[in-house]
Amino acid sequence: MSRKRMVRIAVVLLSLLYGAILGAGFLAPYDPAEQDRAHPFAPPTRLHFVDAEGSLHGWPFIYGLIPSPDNFAEYQEDRSRAFPVRLFVSGDHYSLLGFSCRRHWFGIDEPGHIFLLGTDGYGRDQFSRLLWGGRISLLAGLIAAALSLSLGMAVGSVSGYFGGFVDDTLMRLVELFLAMPWLYLLFAVRAFLPLHISPTVAFFLLVVVIGTVGWARPARLIRGVVLSARERKYVLAARGFGASDFYLLRRHILPQTMGVFLTQAALLIPQYILAEVTLSFLGLGVGEPVPSWGNMLGSLQQYHILASYWWMLAPALVLVPVFWGYQVLADFLHERLEFGH
Amino acid sequence: MRRDIRLILVFLALVTGALWAQTKAAAAKEELQRTTGEVGQYGGRLVISQRAEAKTLNPVTAIDRPSREVMYRTQADLIHINRVTQRTEPALAKSWTASNDGLEYALRLRRGIRFSDGQPFNADDVVFSFQVYLDQNVHSPQRDLLIARDQKITVQKADPYTVVFKLARPDAAAERLFDSVVVLPKHLLEKAYHDGTLGQAWSLTTPPGQIAGLGPFRLKNYVPGEQITLERNPYYWKVDAKDNRLPYLNEITFLVVASEDAEAIRFQTGDTDVISRLNSENYALLAKDQQSRGYTLEDLGPGLEYNFILFNLNDDTRGRLPDIARKQAWFREVKFRQAVSAAIDRSDIVRLVYQGRGEPLWAQVTAGNKLWLNTKIPKPARSLNRARELLKSAGFTWNKDGKLGDHNGQLVEFSIVSSSSNSQRMQIANMVQQDLARLGIEVSVVPLEFRSFLERVTQTHEYEAAVMGLVNGDVDPNPEMNVWMSSGATHLWNLGEKKPATPWEEEIDKLMEQQIVTLNYPARKKLYDRVQEIVADELPIICVASPDILVGSKKNLGNFRPAILDPYTLHNVEELFWKPK
Repeated sequence: MSRKRMVRIAVVLLSLLYGAILGAGFLAPYDPAEQDRAHPFAPPTRLHFVDAEGSLHGWPFIYGLIPSPDNFAEYQEDRSRAFPVRLFVSGDHYSLLGFSCRRHWFGIDEPGHIFLLGTDGYGRDQFSRLLWGGRISLLAGLIAAALSLSLGMAVGSVSGYFGGFVDDTLMRLVELFLAMPWLYLLFAVRAFLPLHISPTVAFFLLVVVIGTVGWARPARLIRGVVLSARERKYVLAARGFGASDFYLLRRHILPQTMGVFLTQAALLIPQYILAEVTLSFLGLGVGEPVPSWGNMLGSLQQYHILASYWWMLAPALVLVPVFWGYQVLADFLHERLEFGH
Repeated sequence: MRRDIRLILVFLALVTGALWAQTKAAAAKEELQRTTGEVGQYGGRLVISQRAEAKTLNPVTAIDRPSREVMYRTQADLIHINRVTQRTEPALAKSWTASNDGLEYALRLRRGIRFSDGQPFNADDVVFSFQVYLDQNVHSPQRDLLIARDQKITVQKADPYTVVFKLARPDAAAERLFDSVVVLPKHLLEKAYHDGTLGQAWSLTTPPGQIAGLGPFRLKNYVPGEQITLERNPYYWKVDAKDNRLPYLNEITFLVVASEDAEAIRFQTGDTDVISRLNSENYALLAKDQQSRGYTLEDLGPGLEYNFILFNLNDDTRGRLPDIARKQAWFREVKFRQAVSAAIDRSDIVRLVYQGRGEPLWAQVTAGNKLWLNTKIPKPARSLNRARELLKSAGFTWNKDGKLGDHNGQLVEFSIVSSSSNSQRMQIANMVQQDLARLGIEVSVVPLEFRSFLERVTQTHEYEAAVMGLVNGDVDPNPEMNVWMSSGATHLWNLGEKKPATPWEEEIDKLMEQQIVTLNYPARKKLYDRVQEIVADELPIICVASPDILVGSKKNLGNFRPAILDPYTLHNVEELFWKPK
């Protein structure tokens, strides 16, 4: 496959994923926190096209599930009644771009249930949780990367441009930050937070914590670029004409760092997504019942879940295309912007 | 010549007769206990896993579960609680009599029996053991049990095989006090006791020859971090129905296996022969290949563990923790607690958290406790309507978004803490969160590392509500004294009360004090029934559910009789044997 085509696929894939999580409320059939306690660990609902009589249907339908009376989390399909999959149904309330909505992409008439990716131990729909959870995980990656890159940009350009004492001090600080055992520090920070924090506050704290951890490396890279750019002839010429520091930085030097900036972004975003997943997996991220890919995967720490309910691995599988997409993008940007011109 | 031979024959006959009579007398002198289990076969080894490594074999310092699991297999007590019948039975004391006032107990000891190093056992060992346990400087955990509730015990030797215990006041469960208080060999530990080094004696690295006990097994070897092996005690004082000396097994090996899941896997693959304390998820997982793998699993029904929701009702938060103190105004309102109790779907919790292998609870005594359960406690199903009525009558109102507010218009929100290492209690907390959301109460669930969880609940009181559980070692109400007495050390919802904070706590105090000195069982039961009623009505803790005790063993393990009392499986380890395949 040609390079260009791969990049194009990566971009389309990532846009689709981000589109899906932004429209989570609409695309997800259920509220992610809703516990359907009659259906714990229900397997992914099978879509049927052929009914019990053997006749073919043009539109998919599903059967309801009857829990086994003897064994926990074992179900049989109730073939006596078929529920066609309906589009644009009215269901649980959610808000999209500030508007309160009830319309969902698809759904099933009561008392049927559709669980495209099965349910967890509380009977919560994994598909809905995956979409809503992606919101936390992917947005955490984006915001944290933006935060650490802007910090890195500020520190790196000041350090590289002014040099001398300022440069020395800031670079020692960078080294200090690079040397810290971050995971353990994060544990400590989380332990000191107050007990009663809302999921939104918890999310922003998480993002700020991950974001402030990672600014040191981009700061060092950007400093390097600024350091060399500042000695370029046209910069010296502009300085000779009396351009101010701020003008020089904005007009001539920072544009030089664009390549490093974008490549770093493509590298850092998946790293931060992974950081969120790791922290939530360990129970240090957003709390229940708000889903994130990390806390959804957290239940896999229990042997019986790992051994019996394969659909609980879904969030791990979604991480693969996300990482692949960003990797391709980073490679491309690296070649194109840093060495390409 | 003939006469000589005849004389010799007579002489030989006489000598043999005398010798035979002597051995017979010696055998008669050794007063053994006969068991009623199936007659088994000698030989073989039993392997069992432990979640952590035992730290010591010293009965005076063994406080952690793994140490106790090993130590109790090597030691014996005077009067024992039969784990299956839940009643007391003779052990090292073959019989006992109590004085009419219930203040004096004379225990008659088995004669002629020996410690595992071959040294004889008598009243001196018993007196020495209790001297050690009751010595303040030794800090033994047994001391807390023996002198709880200001009980004063004195121990006297009446003759080499009779010991008299005198109590300062009657105790209805006095016989049960002796369970798990093991008799120490005076000849091995006296010196260490007088030197003040008893606490360091009998570590796992002590040579096996210097450790002895009256239990069915004795230490053979110890591989640090891996395993402890015990071997058969040839002097053990129990025999089977055919007078074969117990135990049957040659060895028991305790393997250190780090986690609950790893324990289940080791049992599944056949590395271990017995498993206690399985959780319901792993039970379901292992049940699938019971047939093919040659083990059987048993669901013994609810044990003595009660899990509950606890509201912080401590008084010392005022001024120090203003936010919690403000919320305590709701928690102190009994109708609020009753509404929470009415809103919780206990049957859902049992079904989802314990996969149906548990029992919903409305008071602290579980159905596993046959002797003390008050069967008249009402068991109302979940009712949101009743919960709403209770809240309304207590002055709570709902805003237009359906959120609950108090009479100051403050929204009712609080957090529930629980130990993050206990996934089942975390699950209970998450389900309660959802149940209370239907009442318009916003609850956040906060997982805490176990130690910081315990510190918040018992020391700093910096929490709003908690999900936790308590397990009793015995069915009797007496070990529960420290939970229900307002001055008790485990009176969790309000610790360190100078005097009972509420009239019902005062009533519980009176009932609990009365039941100790009431020697007649039906009268005593009536008193404890009332305590259960008060707990169910006033809800100092909101009892939710009790998990079943789930165990497993290899199919050909004979005499395996698991019970809901700790240690669940190995309590009759001397009787266990391998059936030929």
